[in-house]
This record gives sequence, C-alpha cells and structure tokens, in this order.
Amino acid sequence: MEMKMFIVVLGLLVGSLMPIGGAASSPDTNTNHGMSEPGHHGLPKHGGEGNHTSNVKKIFPVLSFDYDHVRVPFEISLWVLLASLMKLGFHLIPRLPSIVPESCLLIVVGLLVGGLIKVVGEVPPTLDSNVFFLYLLPPIILDAGYFLPIRPFTENLGTILMFAVVGTLWNAFFVGGLLYGVCQLAGDDLALVDLLSCLLFGTIISAVDPVAVLAVFEEIHINELLHILVFGESLLNDAVTVVLYHLFEEYQSVGTITVTDVFLGVVCFLVVSLGGIVVGAIYGILAAFTSRFTSHTRVIEPLFVFVYSYMAYLSAEVFHLSGIMALIACGAVTRPYVEANISHKSHTTIKYFLKMWSSVSDTLIFIFLGVSTVAGKHHWNWTFVIMSVILSLVARVLGVVGLTFVINKFRIVKLTTKDQFIVAYGGLRGAIAFSLVYLLNSDQFPMRNMFLTAIITVIFFTVFVQGMTIRPLVDLLAVKKKQETKRSINEEIHTQFLDHLLTGIEDICGHYGHHHWKDKLNRFNKKYIKKCLIAGERSKEPQLIAFYHKMEMKQAIELVESGGGSKLPSAMPSTISMQNIQPKKTPQDRALPQLSKSREEEIRKILRTNLQRTRQRLRSYNRHTLVADPFEDGWNDLIKRKRMIELEKKISLMNNHLTVPAPPPDSPTITRARLASDPQAWGIKAGTESIPTIKVDLASPQTPESGNMRDGFGSKASQPKESKEDGGLVMKAPSLAKESKDKMAYEDDDKEPQRLMRCLSDPGPAADEEDEDEPFLP
Amino acid sequence: MGASQSGRVPEFQDLTDKTGFSIEQLKNLHNRFVYLTQDEDTLRREHLENMSDLALNPIRRQIIEAFFDSRNLGQKEKGCLQEIGFEEFVTVLAFFKPPKPHIAEEERKTIKKEKLRFLFNMHDTDNDGVITLDEYRRVVEELLSSTETLGAETAKAISDAAMLEVASETVGQMGPDEFYEGITFEQFMQILKDIEIETKMNVHFWNLETMHCGK
Repeated sequence: MEMKMFIVVLGLLVGSLMPIGGAASSPDTNTNHGMSEPGHHGLPKHGGEGNHTSNVKKIFPVLSFDYDHVRVPFEISLWVLLASLMKLGFHLIPRLPSIVPESCLLIVVGLLVGGLIKVVGEVPPTLDSNVFFLYLLPPIILDAGYFLPIRPFTENLGTILMFAVVGTLWNAFFVGGLLYGVCQLAGDDLALVDLLSCLLFGTIISAVDPVAVLAVFEEIHINELLHILVFGESLLNDAVTVVLYHLFEEYQSVGTITVTDVFLGVVCFLVVSLGGIVVGAIYGILAAFTSRFTSHTRVIEPLFVFVYSYMAYLSAEVFHLSGIMALIACGAVTRPYVEANISHKSHTTIKYFLKMWSSVSDTLIFIFLGVSTVAGKHHWNWTFVIMSVILSLVARVLGVVGLTFVINKFRIVKLTTKDQFIVAYGGLRGAIAFSLVYLLNSDQFPMRNMFLTAIITVIFFTVFVQGMTIRPLVDLLAVKKKQETKRSINEEIHTQFLDHLLTGIEDICGHYGHHHWKDKLNRFNKKYIKKCLIAGERSKEPQLIAFYHKMEMKQAIELVESGGGSKLPSAMPSTISMQNIQPKKTPQDRALPQLSKSREEEIRKILRTNLQRTRQRLRSYNRHTLVADPFEDGWNDLIKRKRMIELEKKISLMNNHLTVPAPPPDSPTITRARLASDPQAWGIKAGTESIPTIKVDLASPQTPESGNMRDGFGSKASQPKESKEDGGLVMKAPSLAKESKDKMAYEDDDKEPQRLMRCLSDPGPAADEEDEDEPFLP
Repeated sequence: MGASQSGRVPEFQDLTDKTGFSIEQLKNLHNRFVYLTQDEDTLRREHLENMSDLALNPIRRQIIEAFFDSRNLGQKEKGCLQEIGFEEFVTVLAFFKPPKPHIAEEERKTIKKEKLRFLFNMHDTDNDGVITLDEYRRVVEELLSSTETLGAETAKAISDAAMLEVASETVGQMGPDEFYEGITFEQFMQILKDIEIETKMNVHFWNLETMHCGK
C-alpha cells in the first residue's frame, strides 16, 4: 500500500502548498492523485489554521467537521472499498459467476454508480488516463510478468510475435483504411474525418487488451497453449500500438506521411520494443543482485521487487519506450534469481501482494469504465459505430486465419481450426484503448467524441458478448482445458532427460536448432549469471534438485495440514513403501534373539494394526513440538540431516528381517530391538545436537499389546506414560545421557519432519520466550 | 559428391518408405553421415564420441549407445552392434520425426508408443525388459553429473522417490514383503502419459539446410 500512502502524502503536500486562506477550492491541474473531479480538490491544509489569526474568542470546539481535509484519500478509499465489496458480492450470489464474467458485472456496476451520481446532480469522475497508466495498469502487468510461464512462452515466441506485430499492423490498417472509405462514402459530417485519424482510430481499436483477456481467460481455464498465445499477444502488441499511435498522432496535424516517416517508424518500433526489454532486464538484474544481500533484512525483500519493477516501468515511460514490455522483462528476469535468494515468506508476500493489487486495479478499471461511459460526452453516429464494430471483428478473424496459415508451416504442433477460432474470439478490447482515445486532444481531433463512443461500444461488445459467450463456446467445441495435475518427479526427470536427448540428437545431426541454443543459454546462465546473482550455496543447485526440494517441502506442508485428523495423507494411498523397492539382500545372521516364525508374524500383525493409532497419536502431538526459531538458512541443513537419518534408517532396515515399513514411525519396541542389533547405525546422531532445540519427550504411544512385547525385549524403556497422555510431556535440555539419546534419536527422526513443517508454516515461539521448565500441556 | 549421390538415389527410395524422410532430408542426412564418419562406410562409437558438441551433454553415453542398440534398429536379437551403416543411422533418427498434423488417433498412439519405447530402451541398459532401481538411479546420477556438488546421496534419494511414485501409481497395493522388480514398459507408458511425447520428442528436420557440414 506504499503507493497509496505516497499518493496521499503527496496530495497533502501539494494541497498544503496552495495559497493560504483560500477557503474556496481551486482547480489544481497538477494533482496526480484521485479521480479528476472538476472543482473538488484537496483544500490547503492551512485553511483551518487561518481562523486562529482572528482575535475573537470562540467556544472551544469539542467536535468539528472537517471533511475537505481528507476528501481525496477518503474518496479513493471509498472507491477501492466499493470495488472490493462488489467483487465480494458477486461470488456470494450463487451461479452468477459461472454465467457472467466478472468484468461484465463490474462494468454494469460502474454504469449504475455513474448513473446514480448523475441523478444526484454531481459530475461523475472519469477515468483519468494518467491515473490509469501510472497507477492502475502497472500492478496488473507486473503480476502477469512475474508469473509468466516462461517455458510455453519461449516455445511459442515466434507465433506470439507474429500475432502481436503483424496481426496488429494488419488490423490497424484494415480497419483504419476501410473506415476511411466508409466515411467518405457516407458523406456529411463523416467526410471530415481524414485518413490519418481513421488510421489512428484503427490502431487504437485493434490492440488486444491484456486486462480484459486476463479477466476473461482466467475464468475459463483454457489449455496452456491458447492461453499463452492470446495473452502473450496482448502483452507484446503494446510496442506496435505505441509506435503507431505516436506516428499517427504526430503527423495528423501535418496531414501526410512520407516514406522516410514510415522507415523511421520501423526503426522506432525496434527501439521501443528492444529498448523497453533492455530497460526491464537491467532493473531486473539489479533487483536480483540486491536480493542477494537481503539475508539479514528479510522483511523488506518484497519491497525491492516491487520498487525496482515500478521504476523500470517509469523509466521506460520517460523515453516513450514500451513500459509494458519493460515491466514484463523485469518480472521475468527477476523471478528465477530472486526466488532462489529470498525467504519462503517473502515469496508468499510477493505473490499475495501482486495478486491483491492487480485484483483491485482490475476491479477499479472496469468500474471506472462503466462510470466514464455515463460521464463522458458522447457523439453517437450509427454508421461509424456499427461499421467499426463489424470491421474490427472481420479484421480479427481474417488476420488470425491468414497468419495461422503462414505460421503452421513452421510449427511442429499445428494450430487447428478450433484453436484459431478461440484465438480470434478471445481478442478482447479494454481499458487501454479507452484511455488512449481519452488522451487525444479535442482540438487536433474534432471527432474525438465520436471515437470515444465507438471505442466504448466496441469494448462493451467484446467484453459482454464475446466474454459471456466464450465459456459455453469453449465447452461446446470441447476445447482442451488446463490440466490441473501436479508435476510428478518422474515427469520432471524425463522432461530434463528429453531436453538433453534432443540437444544431443540435434548436435549429431549438426543442426543448430531450438534445443541447441536453449542448452547454450542454460549453460551460460549456470556458469556466470547464477554465480553473481544468487547467494551462497543455492547458486550451484541444479534444477532437478531444486524441484525435489520443493516437492519435499510441499509434502511436508501437506502432512502438517492434514495432521490432527485421522486420515492418512492422500499422497500415499498405497501401502508401498521404500522397503518394497529395495533390492532383497541375502539373509544375514541376526544379532537379535532368534524369533520363531509365528512370533514374527504376530509382531508384524500387531505393528500393522497399531500403525494407524500410532500415527494418529503422534500426529496429534505435532503442535506440541517446540522449536527454537531456526534461521531460515538452517533449512538446508535440516533437510540434509533428515535425509541422512532416513538413509541410516533404511540401511539398518535392510540389515535385519523384521520387515517394518519405513516411513511410518516405528513403535519404540522395534526401535530398541533394532538398536540392540546394530547400535552403530545411530552413530550419526552427533550432528543433531548442534541445533539448540527444546526436545519434547513424547509419551510412548503404547498399546496394551505392544506393551507386553516391550517387556519381553528389554528394559530400556523410560517411564511408561500410558496413564496420561499429557502427563508425559516434559522438556529436556539438549544434553542427554546415552540411552535416552538413542531413544531421542528415534523420536528425533520423526520430529525432524515435524520440525521442518513448523519452520515452514510458522517459525514457532522464539526460544527466549519459552519457560523451559514448564511442562507443556496439549 | 555428385557421382556417389546419383548411385545412392535408389537406396534412398527404399529408405523413404521405411523411415518417412523425404529424399531431400535423406540427402542432407547422408552428407552429415559422411562428415561424421570422415568418409568411411560405417559409423563407430569413436566417431560420435569425438564430437566436441556432445562432450558437454550429461547423457551422451546413453545417446551414443542408443544408436548402436539393436532393439532400436528393429532387429530380433538383443545386444548392440559395433558399427552401423547409413540405414541404421537414419532408422534411429526417424524416431525423432514429428508426426504429421492430421493423422488418426490410432496412428498417433502408435507413434507415441514407439517414441516411449525408444526412451525405455535408453534406460533399460541390461535388456531385461524392466528398469530396475539401479538403472534408474544411474539415469538420475547422469542427469546430475554435470554439477560437481551433491553427489550420490541426493541422486539416490531422488531416484528412490521417483520409483516409489511409479510403484504407487501403477501397482497400488503391495504387501510389505513383496518386492517391486522394476518399471515395465506398460507402467512406463502409464506414468508418462501426461507428457505429450509425440509432440515433444521431435527435431525439426525440415531445417536441414542449415546443417553445418563443414564445421
């Protein structure tokens, strides 16, 4: 919320700079905050103090009303609140969100609110282009760029660029040219519209809008390929739009365009797009580099990501480069490096802040689109408006079909007719087009109001008609939907394997193709860039291992979240465990006292039946495991230690024949039995004492039957605490005697994952807060 | 090159039918073959191992082996050859041809199965029809071999987790005493059914003119 505070502070400062004593508000053209309501700007702060100069003594005001003081921030907050409440309300109404996309509903709300304001007699605020481009648009784009799925994007980059650049050009000229022809034919006041204005209008109307596309496509869960095609196009066509817009606007007054201008336009296009990307990449690298040093100040990590990205956008806008592309480049470049450096919580913070801001922006934009429709001055001209709607549709369809025909020659995965239809139908126009028209100068463009009306009609048409019908059409045409399956580790292994395999085959064929260059880039990335931008050990971590870590953590979190209940985690519906997979070893001499076969069977059966209960009881102790606040860097050590312990356990398992499945924790019975046979398996325990943890001695999860077993095996048991579950929880200092160390070691093992889980969800109470001698009650 | 090429054309005709490459593509591949073998008649392992590009590839050993694996060459007996001719070279490369855009579902499934079979053979080095834990572990180790850190322990953990996943998904319930032999081909197909192999495991052969023969 720093931006809004900034706006408020800035607004107050600017307001306080106004001449003192001005009781009446003066229109302040310099304010860059709030909705540009004519005549209602922040009053000078000093206005109230002017009263003190008079010497008449008044009664001391106990309660006073000074609304103007906070008018602007108050109104901003009111709008944001309204937007959010609307959003909330939609989802509470049953069935409505599934029929009508949110964007439509929000526009309708905007219309209603605008109408209400007009009825009351006030002038409804319009969507100020400045506010839109500087404050409302960046969060949405940053959200999109940061979470851009890089792999499908780069794989389809050629296609996306074709649609974005060539498609937009075709649309602009087709619509602009034909509209000019129509205008000339229609005669009367339409004939005043000259070619360049029409072309300008064509440019504005042909830009597919990322905000609208996101809003609608997010709800229909279409497959990844189509999503990235339409969405990527909406992002990358910004450069084309910017160049064409400036080109036509500049030369509209002159009236003609020469070949040099066209050539310069092309150069400008390259500069705008590549420049924007370079600016974004530079800021992205800066952000990544900064994040390398934030290990001691975790709290402000998200701030760096946001501020650097916003600066990238603003810097690009200074030079009239494509701000959207800068923002996308910054987000995409920052993400892999920053995520390796920042803490888990910062990552969550970034994710949620971005989603929150973009959601609020998105809502506000659509509401204001509705309000502005009511507020704006309109000039309805049937011919112009109808023709623009029809022509934009026709241009889009023709463009997509024609381009796909060319593109399919170069693609492995061809685009089918269904795909083409969705791509064409999903080209929604939105608020960017509106704002661009709004920016037009009425003197230069006398037909501005007509353009405005036409644009709004097209936007409404695409958002309402196309937005509402796309979902049933997707179902009707049975377009492939997004797969919700998680990535399994097998798929990850094989994706990497395939990458290397295809690179190898390409090398053998001598063909420097897609995989070859990707491989080279990866190697360059790993060798040089990662070393600079990622702190410490993580820079050397290969992707497979990073993925494996992530998966482990996810499973650990799942375990915690399902803990306390009586169901097993869904990740393991089968009873297969590690032990099934290990190759059978030849039976070795048991160091255990010889058990008869029947005895073994009995033990096994009892253990199996106890396992459920054991698991439950142990799980319910999760919350009681107290941990001193581990530094986040200690995680990797914990994971490694956990793994070492697990491995030791597996080795010792293979060495003896009491076949107990490994993952569920053993009852102390078997542990002690195992220890008797192979004491050195636990030699590795020395490492665990370095962390200052408060160990909780769990009450032994004994059942009556296994209790009998225990007596048969040995008397190493610590006090049996079968009577009371809670009575047995006592805190012990880390230094322990050897016997209890072994027992601790076992409990340590299954506490390790629990400790890890605690780290993940909540760092737990800090060590100094705990009173060590107090028994902890469940 | 002209004289030898005209003599080759009838051979190419057979190969076209067998592998699906066009005559143009076969000509280019033949040029490449000649370049790799340095004008000898057959390709041996040393020729491929001497390629500098391949040296950085972590799984190059398996890629090279795949060319000499008789299972991929459609031969009945198991084992590997010591040297292969142009026909075998092209047969192996045919596994990487993209499927035609408009083909029947059945044919697509066949192609997918063939490609998966190729992958399976790459993993199953001892030819026994299952990928055992050791073989899988070796695959993971090789994938990670390009990094110096984090050796056998992590590879073992990852491959164990992966095998566990395969077993859980395909077999479901097993008693604690049973032993899971390894991944069979059917199970392999099942766990990888979500990766669209027929679209991913392809090399753009249409662009063969950009091959750097004289490199």
